[in-house]
Amino acid sequence: MENILAQAKKVADEAEVFMVSSEGIPVQFEANRLKHIQTKQSRSLALRIIKQGKIGYSATTELGDSQRLINNAVETAQFGMPAKFEFSSLVSYPQVEVFDPNIEYVSIEEMVRLGEELITMVRGHTPEIVCEAGVVKSLASVRIINSRGGQANYRVSTFSLGIEGSLIRDTDMLFVGDSESSCHPISGSKAIAETVIQQLELAKNRASAPSQPLPVIFTPDGVASALILPLMAAFNGKTVLEGASPIGNRLGQPVFDKKLWLWDDPTIDYRPGSRPCDDEGVPSQRTPLIEQGTVANFIYDLQTAALAHTRSTGNGDRGRGGLPIPAPSAFIIGAGDTTFDEMVNDIKEGLIIELLMGAEQGNILGGDFSGNVLLGYKVESGKIVGRVKDTMVSGNVYQLLNQITAIGSDAKWVGGFLKTPHLYFPSLSVASK
Amino acid sequence: MSYIEDISRQLAEEIQGYGADYVEARLEQSQTSRITYRGRNLESVDKATASGGNVRALVKGGWGFVSFNNLNELPAKVELAVKQAQFVGNEESKLAPVEPVVDIVSSEIDRSPVTIPLAEKKKLLDEYNDIIWHTPKLQTSIIGYGDSHKKVIFANTLGSYIEQERTDITLRLTAIAIDGSEVQQVGLSLGSSGDFSLIQGLHHQVEQMSQHAVELLSAPRVEGGEYTVVLDPVLAGVFTHEAFGHLSEADFVYENDRLREIMVLGKKFGSTELNIVDGAAIPGLRGSYKYDDEGVPATKTYLIREGKLVGRLHSRETAAKMGEKPTGNARAINYRYPPIVRMTNTYIEPRLASFEDIIGDIKEGVYAKNWYGGTTSMEMFTFSAGEAYMIRDGKVAETIRPVVLTGNVFATLNNIDAIGSDLEMNQGGGCGKGGQVPLPVSNGSPHIRIRHCLVGGR
Repeated sequence: MENILAQAKKVADEAEVFMVSSEGIPVQFEANRLKHIQTKQSRSLALRIIKQGKIGYSATTELGDSQRLINNAVETAQFGMPAKFEFSSLVSYPQVEVFDPNIEYVSIEEMVRLGEELITMVRGHTPEIVCEAGVVKSLASVRIINSRGGQANYRVSTFSLGIEGSLIRDTDMLFVGDSESSCHPISGSKAIAETVIQQLELAKNRASAPSQPLPVIFTPDGVASALILPLMAAFNGKTVLEGASPIGNRLGQPVFDKKLWLWDDPTIDYRPGSRPCDDEGVPSQRTPLIEQGTVANFIYDLQTAALAHTRSTGNGDRGRGGLPIPAPSAFIIGAGDTTFDEMVNDIKEGLIIELLMGAEQGNILGGDFSGNVLLGYKVESGKIVGRVKDTMVSGNVYQLLNQITAIGSDAKWVGGFLKTPHLYFPSLSVASK
Repeated sequence: MSYIEDISRQLAEEIQGYGADYVEARLEQSQTSRITYRGRNLESVDKATASGGNVRALVKGGWGFVSFNNLNELPAKVELAVKQAQFVGNEESKLAPVEPVVDIVSSEIDRSPVTIPLAEKKKLLDEYNDIIWHTPKLQTSIIGYGDSHKKVIFANTLGSYIEQERTDITLRLTAIAIDGSEVQQVGLSLGSSGDFSLIQGLHHQVEQMSQHAVELLSAPRVEGGEYTVVLDPVLAGVFTHEAFGHLSEADFVYENDRLREIMVLGKKFGSTELNIVDGAAIPGLRGSYKYDDEGVPATKTYLIREGKLVGRLHSRETAAKMGEKPTGNARAINYRYPPIVRMTNTYIEPRLASFEDIIGDIKEGVYAKNWYGGTTSMEMFTFSAGEAYMIRDGKVAETIRPVVLTGNVFATLNNIDAIGSDLEMNQGGGCGKGGQVPLPVSNGSPHIRIRHCLVGGR
């Protein structure tokens, strides 16, 4: 890496080298049985340069061919955007623990046992269910160096366990599932099994929803599948800079319900979304986004922050393997004071949405969403009476979040990138067959 | 002989003699370039090169798989894949028999997209971006262009050795219009199997897209409920892919007894007018190839013929376990993944109805065009239109906000009661499954009419 940096400095004004190497081991179960064990080793090297004031970029997996990497970066710099930022110089990083050496010692046998235990528990409740499960452990190391003396280096471990079950009766299909992830090894599957068994219990009976506006509770998974993508786009500094965020000119203003708090936080120990610095070597920080319903901040990488005349929030992300762009590390919605049971008790006729299919296909920027309730339940007179099907709900994220009836007291991590409680809204449009 | 070919020859020999029931190796070398615009100016341009490979082994019905970028120490990688497979396997391995193939398939494209100078690509994108920015009331634009040129070398223990070159181009343009707190966006997705000229000359389409985004600012939302819906060829293609295509992938079915009962060949899904086809052997499209990633020759497979289920898409394993013939549909997005059963080019065959025949007797309905996306859970599917209009008294009427449509596959295909004559293939799609996204596919259809389709709305 040092060699590439030195060579790049000969042809460019500034340079930065980023390298990731990782090894992941997924153990996969299909149709209730162990089916596949994989080992995935990968490494990649990316070079970002500033030449005559413009950004050039190239990536490769071929560590031996540094000349081509440099040539490609120089070629792209002719067309690149003018660089408005400076690479981060040598700074100190917050102490964020994301590596547990014990992950290395979790054996394949132990991973297989975990998956089998999970499937056995779920099938103990519903023998005819067909399950797919995955147990994955991975280790990665990240290193960044640049021509301004900046350098960062850390290792991250992750472990995840998940299950999806399908229950088919005639042509009626029910899909249930849950997953969990951590930087520590996960040693038991009981919590996931219990969630799935509860889904199976609640979905046992069928109920129908009328085509009219109804009060609705989104579970943490429901929030993730329906409401989060529009917020991720709206708080992205790039969307704001382009004038395409509906809240871009509302900084400091009340846009959401006063009960709502949202922040981005990559500094929580042992969470898979955490890291001491972002992918451009900027220190991680907790960034408040919504405080008591008021828009508090947007998230930025170095270049976008410079263009917007503000500072990077440490959210530079190379998710797609290209140049860094602003992206959330982990969104966290503050827990409230209402239990799930209290929410259900409050509803005369309404819906609980656990999984909405198709919501990400709408006008994400405008906040409009519409989706099929893939897993959801009907509530009548304070009781969950059964699963709804052939039901669509539609709404607008900004209208919904402007009037929240209650926020749950029990926040849960969903998919490693979001921690949210249940959210309860007074009214959502429902269409059903 | 290049480095990657040299490595491939070594691996082809190395995989023999580990006592596995079957071993294959795949090596890949690729060049890609990407250009992104956000707003008025080019935002990022990058070029990447990659090389990597994998070894997949089958022992007593269990699979092991090792992928890597580091091309050293290949014997250890083969050994690890076999060891993993041994750990899993406890039954009989079943793979549909295929003849070993030795072949070299070079790209049919005269001018590989990765060799076209960046300046030439930028010039075209600048022209499109100018059109968007010259549209009054438009706030901003997003343009993503990508191309790739890959060489993939496959070898297995049957003695197959296949080199294939593949090229691909994608272009997605988005126009964003804003009025106060109203934000509306319209997108256009295009692609080709490497021919750059197919994404040139689209200035008129880009102009229409931009104007439509502005129109949407003042368009009403449809009232949610059941409608008679007419889909244009692009959206009907997405519908075919989501609503039926995924259900015909045998890996969902082969180890699930109940699904096997539901998806029994001969079952009636639609009217006798309905034929649905998938096939990589249909040339010149983004889902076209000569051999799949298990070295099986591509085919053209009827999934539905005259309304009845007559076939499904297979890998060698699913074909063997269901006692059917392999169809050459095992695909991997790159060397980091094992091949799984995927669609290629999927479409509804054209019939006779004209557009006027299709909408003429609809009193109130929805005409949905273009696409944002689609997804399926097998039984239920949703897909969303990029443009939508009301149909009133047999005529296309006012513009409405884009709609999301949903349905149940077992009912909805039966509710298709008119199929047009104007088949078009859409090359702008990318399919996701099992974390492998976006895989180049194409899909298409003529205009179709669906009765009793559930539309989300206010």
